Amino acid sequence: MNAQTKDMNAAGTGGDTGNDTGSERRINMIEAINEALDVMLARDPDVVVMGEDVGYFGGVFRCTAGLQEKHGKTRVFDTPINECGIIGAAVGMGAYGLRPVPEIQFADYIYPGLDQLISEAARLRYRSANEYIAPMTVRSPFGGGIFGGQTHSQSPESLFTHVAGLKTVIPATPYDAKGLLISCIEDNDPVIFFEPKRIYNGPFTGFYDKPVEPWKKHADSIVPEGYYKIPLGKARHVAEGEALTVLAYGTMVHVAEAVCKEKGIDADILDLRTLVPLDIEAIEASVKKTGRCLIVHEATRTSGFGSELSALVTERCFYHLEAPVERVTGFDTPYPHSLEWAYFPGPVRIGEAIDKILSE
Amino acid sequence: MADTADTPTPMGGKSGDNRPALALHVPEPRSRPGDPVNFADVTMTEPGSQPRPDESTKPEEMKDLAYDLVRVLGDDNKAHGPWDPKLDPDTLRTMLGHMAMVRAFDERMFRGQRQGKTSFYMKCTGEEATSVASSMALASDDMVFPSYRQQGILIARGYPLIEMINQIYSNKGDKLKGRQLPIMYSSREHSFFSISGNLATQTPQAVGWAMASAIKGDSRIAATWVGEGSTAEGDFHSACTFATVYNAPVILNVINNQWAISSFSGFAGGERTTFAARGLGYGIASLRVDGNDALACFAAQRWAANRARANHGPSLIEYFTYRAEGHSTSDDPSGYRSAQEREEWPLGDPVMRLKNHLIAIGEWDEDRQAVMDKACADEVKATTKEAEKNGILGHGLHHPFHTMFEDVFEELPWHLKEQADQATRERKIKWPDHHPKDGAGK
Repeated sequence: MNAQTKDMNAAGTGGDTGNDTGSERRINMIEAINEALDVMLARDPDVVVMGEDVGYFGGVFRCTAGLQEKHGKTRVFDTPINECGIIGAAVGMGAYGLRPVPEIQFADYIYPGLDQLISEAARLRYRSANEYIAPMTVRSPFGGGIFGGQTHSQSPESLFTHVAGLKTVIPATPYDAKGLLISCIEDNDPVIFFEPKRIYNGPFTGFYDKPVEPWKKHADSIVPEGYYKIPLGKARHVAEGEALTVLAYGTMVHVAEAVCKEKGIDADILDLRTLVPLDIEAIEASVKKTGRCLIVHEATRTSGFGSELSALVTERCFYHLEAPVERVTGFDTPYPHSLEWAYFPGPVRIGEAIDKILSE
Repeated sequence: MADTADTPTPMGGKSGDNRPALALHVPEPRSRPGDPVNFADVTMTEPGSQPRPDESTKPEEMKDLAYDLVRVLGDDNKAHGPWDPKLDPDTLRTMLGHMAMVRAFDERMFRGQRQGKTSFYMKCTGEEATSVASSMALASDDMVFPSYRQQGILIARGYPLIEMINQIYSNKGDKLKGRQLPIMYSSREHSFFSISGNLATQTPQAVGWAMASAIKGDSRIAATWVGEGSTAEGDFHSACTFATVYNAPVILNVINNQWAISSFSGFAGGERTTFAARGLGYGIASLRVDGNDALACFAAQRWAANRARANHGPSLIEYFTYRAEGHSTSDDPSGYRSAQEREEWPLGDPVMRLKNHLIAIGEWDEDRQAVMDKACADEVKATTKEAEKNGILGHGLHHPFHTMFEDVFEELPWHLKEQADQATRERKIKWPDHHPKDGAGK
């Protein structure tokens, strides 16, 4: 099993992985996450799932539905509304030898737990010289597009990529969500696993006035039953192209892909999947091939992860660039409720940036 | 205005209305430098007069013990009442020996810092019983999540002094590879969690560890130590909430030494109620104990350990004590509190009190004490010399260069490899005569 998963093609999509696949099933991202947790709870007696409303109720987005009934109340349980306590307890559980998978109900709620993440979980291995580790995976729905207002829409990933000792992982498809989450749970370092909630049920393309296509029609909703892993630190090649490189993750992978398709752009699109560790080789290879680079994320612009990507591309690919690196991001405002679609970095903003890059 | 309130009240609200002006209370300690001290507000209780409830007692049925002060050792140096743990003389002598060793160690390390051998040190003078006696009441494999002033636990658990000194010197023998501020020890082998330096973060971690032990049906419990000042942190309330919600087998030890650097306990709410009383609101069994009475410290911790081990739930213990010295080597207490406080502190010195108890029961004398004190000082001195062979801070003999990048993650990612290469290049420029292979860079 491990030999197979280690050799797995980083760009692999559902059904061609050589893992223990079953029939061709199509599921959405919520079901994929639920399956990953189910598989790991069954496989590893040290895995515990905890968070607000994750137990009997099964989570506000249903990601933990049925898990308490199946695995028991001491493996899957509700917690007080106290993110500091959730992460702090997970640090202690990790020190004991468990592999906790805490859920923070919305990424916007993670801030009371930041000290426990940044000062404790992230540095425990280092400060104790490997005596204690924090092998936890903090799952949390993030991103906007569901009319969640300023407290249910944020994308705080760059707060975590800035921290030494944390890994940050963001899936964009059901297939990846399951395989990446299993890798995160088995990882011996603390991982922030942000789930783009806008694409839980379908690959939202940014055309908010068009009906959303369900995952069942998307190739990457074909998810094997049972255990498989997608390695951390490997980007996914969404589309091969020559005109420009698009670097994106989460919901914005689908938005960027749809815009390129609609405009007929021959784009080389990378779904980064893991921000730390980053697949720098895939990024460099793509930008050196196309000479042009667009970075797309939903998070606010200033000091967003796009700044890091832009700097890396400029440092490493400067003499291959035909045009300045462009960033398409959310605006530097809180996420507005009624003006959500004016805020969202949708097809117009991406289209303009593409035109600009290609006109240079 | 329809408001016709006619109660006579002082006027002067800035808004121009006739409601009384509000006044902000900013706490002030009982004395500042040069002031005479007055401990009239410290309520003494008669040793032996506090009831000892059964370990299964409901928290609401033992509320008084959160406001009382459990004491065992009397002015006659004898043990009194139901909290007397009735320890045999050998155990008492061992306890005294650990406490004497902690004091000797603190003396030497403090001096070492003043001599420039390291950057920082923290003594626990006057608080030795709260770590030594308490941890002796736990099983050796019960997990402890200490704060920064519990060196007594490591000494009581037999952690080698040389490991402590290597850590304090951040030298090449330091098992923590010179990464942590002095005294931020870690020893998994001694069930001693890595000390953070961020305050109270260890408290919800201890609860999480205890929850894990209960999830697994283990028999080991967890205990954590936190200063009274740090109970103001949200983490402490997270810990209390999780502890009570899951009935976790954990002991929350609050060391009320009255001072958080220069801020007295009033800034953590100590003017209003006891720190033990914090537990009552959570439904946690709470005890307030004379922290300078080693027998009371032992007895309270053993009571809470029995309670946790029998699945009766968590306990909160406030140890009422006094920080006899500065917060650390970085502050001078004569700048913010009266020097007389230490001299007139009514609960005395924990080492002297235990020594006098052993003498009073005919199991010890001044000559043996003098021999023991000298033996402690000699051992610390000899071990310090031994540790200095591994280097002192800032004088070479630190851990190999490349270790700076290790243990950030389990495996070294590409960006840290690149940064490690840069550090190596810089090193060749800064120290061109150095040979990288000897593993101990200047």
